[in-house]
Amino acid sequence: MRLVNIRPGRQTRFYLLALPFLLVAIAYFAGSSARLAQNPNDKLLPALPSMVQAVKQMAFEVDPRTGGYLMASDTVASLGRLGSALAISTVAALVLGIVIGLLPGANALLGPFVSVTSMVPPLALLPILFIVMGLGENSKIALIVIGTLPCMIRDLAMKVQELPREQIVKAQTLGASTWQIALRVAMPQTLPRLIDVLRLQLGPAWLFLIAAEAIASDSGLGYRIFLVRRYLAMDVIIPYVAWITLLAFLIDVGLRVLQRKAFPWFASVRAE
Amino acid sequence: MSAIRFDDVWKEYGDHIVLERITMEVEPRAFIALVGPSGCGKTTLLRMLLGEEQPSRGQILVDGKPLPAEPDADRGVVFQRYSVFPHLTVLQNVMLGRELRDAKFSARLFGAARRAAMDDAMKLLAEVGLAGQESKYPSALSGGMQQRLALAQAIMRGPKILLLDEPFGALDPGIRADIHLLMKRLWTETHLTVVMVTHDLSEAFGLATRVIALERSRNRPEERERYGATVSRDLEIFPRRSAELRSSVQPAPAGTTRSGKEHQPGRPGALVLKEQP
Repeated sequence: MRLVNIRPGRQTRFYLLALPFLLVAIAYFAGSSARLAQNPNDKLLPALPSMVQAVKQMAFEVDPRTGGYLMASDTVASLGRLGSALAISTVAALVLGIVIGLLPGANALLGPFVSVTSMVPPLALLPILFIVMGLGENSKIALIVIGTLPCMIRDLAMKVQELPREQIVKAQTLGASTWQIALRVAMPQTLPRLIDVLRLQLGPAWLFLIAAEAIASDSGLGYRIFLVRRYLAMDVIIPYVAWITLLAFLIDVGLRVLQRKAFPWFASVRAE
Repeated sequence: MSAIRFDDVWKEYGDHIVLERITMEVEPRAFIALVGPSGCGKTTLLRMLLGEEQPSRGQILVDGKPLPAEPDADRGVVFQRYSVFPHLTVLQNVMLGRELRDAKFSARLFGAARRAAMDDAMKLLAEVGLAGQESKYPSALSGGMQQRLALAQAIMRGPKILLLDEPFGALDPGIRADIHLLMKRLWTETHLTVVMVTHDLSEAFGLATRVIALERSRNRPEERERYGATVSRDLEIFPRRSAELRSSVQPAPAGTTRSGKEHQPGRPGALVLKEQP
């Protein structure tokens, strides 16, 4: 049978899914134990018990200096920044995307501008943000917004323009004004696509968050990683990276579920 | 119910002439079928009637007034595809026209107004044979049902002119025959002037009161760009069909539907449409 026709069954699929994860884990622990056998004080590839010990200390023991649980407070700080920045980006992208996608005049006015601004490397703007807005929360949130918003507007405007022309004409023959077309035709059909666009921007958003926290912050997941780097504390860094990955993955899954539950009609439209 | 008048209408794209010298009168309540080979400008003519495109020369008059330059609620339309909104259920699709008319800002109706619109929409859905489907999304309907829905949606808003752009072209023959019966009934019972683009001659002669053929008079390669299509045949159907003559249209008796797949058209009789206030 040709490879293109071989479809794994349910069980096979599960094993195949687990395989790469398993291989990475085996490679890590093999390397770790080899190094630790040579030098028990090696910090580069810590063994599982020392990582568990570090997590216990970071997550479940009260930090004597701050009086809180470090991992929890770091997570709250980071998710707060990420959440408020993405909320701003999402709302602004929805409004501007629909305006640019629906109105040819707005597209002529803003389309090229958005295309150009989406090419500005956001990290290059970070010093400017720090100078203008200070080192507080605002500059970090602004960095994530600047990093994600232009792309989201551009993608979303394109999705609005991809709506069949027939629908816009049909709405007009039902007497719809521009406002009513935006409200009843464009926006409801843009919302599930907005979730797609948001999911694509999650990666860049985390990147900008960690970068901003690494450079100037006093809390957050990125701050912690870059802080303990000075002590080569791989036993903290590796669990933190895994935790960040898990958070990002869960947000992505949550958005996917939200899209399926809130817009049951969308799957068949996308399949066309 | 509107008379349409084409007054020496031309359509050119740059140097390319698509339509030329279109002059004709369409009487109120006529059912016009536009036929012709592909690329002859039938759809362009329909899009001009719709207001989506403007004539390059000449003008189109509806009841003596120049046609507005954009689509409006006087002219309903059913396309071959994408005519209904995929994010609205069947019922919401039909109610949309009423909501857009009566709620300028929110475009949604509430309370008694919503219930009244819902009742009207349900009656109309029963008329077009979609009773029991109202909470489905269009993607769950067959192609024939989607076109029935598109017809109901357009008629709910009470247009004066109904424009059909190959509306039944993608349907199976049996389903098409059923929807032809429905189309005839809707035309008889409402006050519509219908213009239908089709490439199916039997459909054109089976439904219309008048068949208009568009054709290029000159078709040599070097002439194609510079000579557009024009009306080459203008045939009145005989015996004359008229929307007023009820007897000329036989409603489908129960059990004679030619396909088991489709819902039968509902009970013939007074359509729920009220005259717009």
